[in-house]
Amino acid sequence: MEREASRPACEICDLSIAQLHRGIRKRQISSVEIAEAYLRRIRSRDPKVQAFISRSAETLLEEARALDQSLASGKRAVGLLTGIPLAVKDNIVTRGMRTTCGSRILEHYVPPYEATSVARLRADGGLILGKTNLDEFAMGSTTENSGFFPTRNPWDLNRVPGGSSGGSAAAVAALEAPGALGSDTGGSIRQPAAFCGVVGLKPTYGRVSRYGLVAFASSLDQIGPLARTARDAAMILQVVSGYDPMDSTSARRPVDDYVAGLEGDIRGLRIGLPAEWFSSGLDPRIEAAVRAAAAKLAAAGCEVVEVDLPHTEFAIATYYIIALAEASSNLARYDGMRYGHRSRRAGSLEETYRNSRNEGFGDEVKRRIMIGTYVLSAGYYDAYYLKASKVRTLIKEDYFRAFERADVLMGPTAPSLPFRRGDKTSDPLEMYLSDVYTVTANLAGIPGLATTCAYTPEGVPIGLQLLGPHFGEGRLLRVAHVLERELGLVRPSLALGA
Amino acid sequence: MSITPKEVRRIAELAHLEFSPAELERFVGQFQRILDYFEQLRQVDTKGVEPTYHGLAEIPEAGAVRPDRNQPSLAPETVLEGAPKARKGYFRVPRVIE
Repeated sequence: MEREASRPACEICDLSIAQLHRGIRKRQISSVEIAEAYLRRIRSRDPKVQAFISRSAETLLEEARALDQSLASGKRAVGLLTGIPLAVKDNIVTRGMRTTCGSRILEHYVPPYEATSVARLRADGGLILGKTNLDEFAMGSTTENSGFFPTRNPWDLNRVPGGSSGGSAAAVAALEAPGALGSDTGGSIRQPAAFCGVVGLKPTYGRVSRYGLVAFASSLDQIGPLARTARDAAMILQVVSGYDPMDSTSARRPVDDYVAGLEGDIRGLRIGLPAEWFSSGLDPRIEAAVRAAAAKLAAAGCEVVEVDLPHTEFAIATYYIIALAEASSNLARYDGMRYGHRSRRAGSLEETYRNSRNEGFGDEVKRRIMIGTYVLSAGYYDAYYLKASKVRTLIKEDYFRAFERADVLMGPTAPSLPFRRGDKTSDPLEMYLSDVYTVTANLAGIPGLATTCAYTPEGVPIGLQLLGPHFGEGRLLRVAHVLERELGLVRPSLALGA
Repeated sequence: MSITPKEVRRIAELAHLEFSPAELERFVGQFQRILDYFEQLRQVDTKGVEPTYHGLAEIPEAGAVRPDRNQPSLAPETVLEGAPKARKGYFRVPRVIE
């Protein structure tokens, strides 16, 4: 293939990570060409989508040039992500590159260290395209709770992209990035992936290092990939996974070959549909699309069975008690003394703490810190936190039993299509309830994957969710890969211009 | 459990937050609705159930301690670059003792 002088952005930005990787390996395309194409694409589309909080075009191009030189001189081998520019959710710290967490309290924070997941991307030759928007401190399901601006859903700018990794999901969906990192505490990768029509994977707790992920709820948080295809998600997961001495909760277990595993056989695989997930409150269009996808898997040789998750109705209460308790404790560190915003109002030490936090945190973050503080406070601990921690055990055991009958569970990711903007901002509880299908994977520590199974006639994506046992992410990626082939969905075109 | 504005103020104090009277009023209502929702956990029989506080049980060797050896860390000046106020290698904070 001959090297063209200048490829149009639309051509390069249409390629998957797997295709770009092939191009880099065969020297048909350079890192600089890819980076330039995406920077042009972001310039033209992001004013509408608003997926990025920070970008650093100069650094990116410098790094891409240096990378191309070391590739040309044969000094460096081509890794899976070499020359691929990726978007990173802005609660994952990047050394020397502003990391805001979507919060005014960290508006000017420039981290002195690098998250392990980012260091792994870089070591593989991956490049950082920019930092993406999120609900403040990853607390929200719409990316409207960002301390800076809301992100839009690229398929319908009047809808939300989901959250909290809404910036990462929207960037991938709008073809402003070939892939991204997000974080998922109760569905924050999977729900926006479903809303934006991309693939999003929350790995097993402990699979990807949390070092450098700004803590929300430490027993639930996990970093994972968002991408256009299961293969691309597998490539990112392959690079960022693995044991890290800097995270004492990371697993000392070899990383599976997710990419090779995509081609494995799925015949005879038992797909479990949780009965409780197809009850009232689920949009019938989503139910129909998920069941149709199950039928496709059955036709491909899988066995579809029904399973029970009897504690599903208690999932939201259990999750929010635990998540907010952990959040109130984690967010106590923002006191304006060592980094982050310090109030200019003069006062005592106590007043400075309070003013800095009041000025820096948004409403939803304050609400969550308050509830978390309450459920941990003297006299209420047993009734809320201890009780929820016991129900968490029951929810986990539900999954253990379900995985005796099924190899993979399949259901909806969210009960509704992407919300219209402003729909969920007035009633916090209403927003919490929409997390019913995603929070239990975090409570149990199991992996979950969201992918697209249909589009509405208006071109709005409908997502489904796959869940696996601990360290079963390879199996989820394989099923998602087969579904892509069996469903053969044609991606509608975006009305966003070049 | 029903929550009073006084109790919300006490929690705010514990959390180093402050609310205006208007915010407090709105907040007490939202707080109450969320706590009412949490009440449903009372229906679950958890007698003899061990609590789960983290996901470590399923993770090979997680939480294992490592030898306590001196390791490189960030230089003090690097850390202080992000400080709102710093002087002579220290964080500057408001007066603690009057």
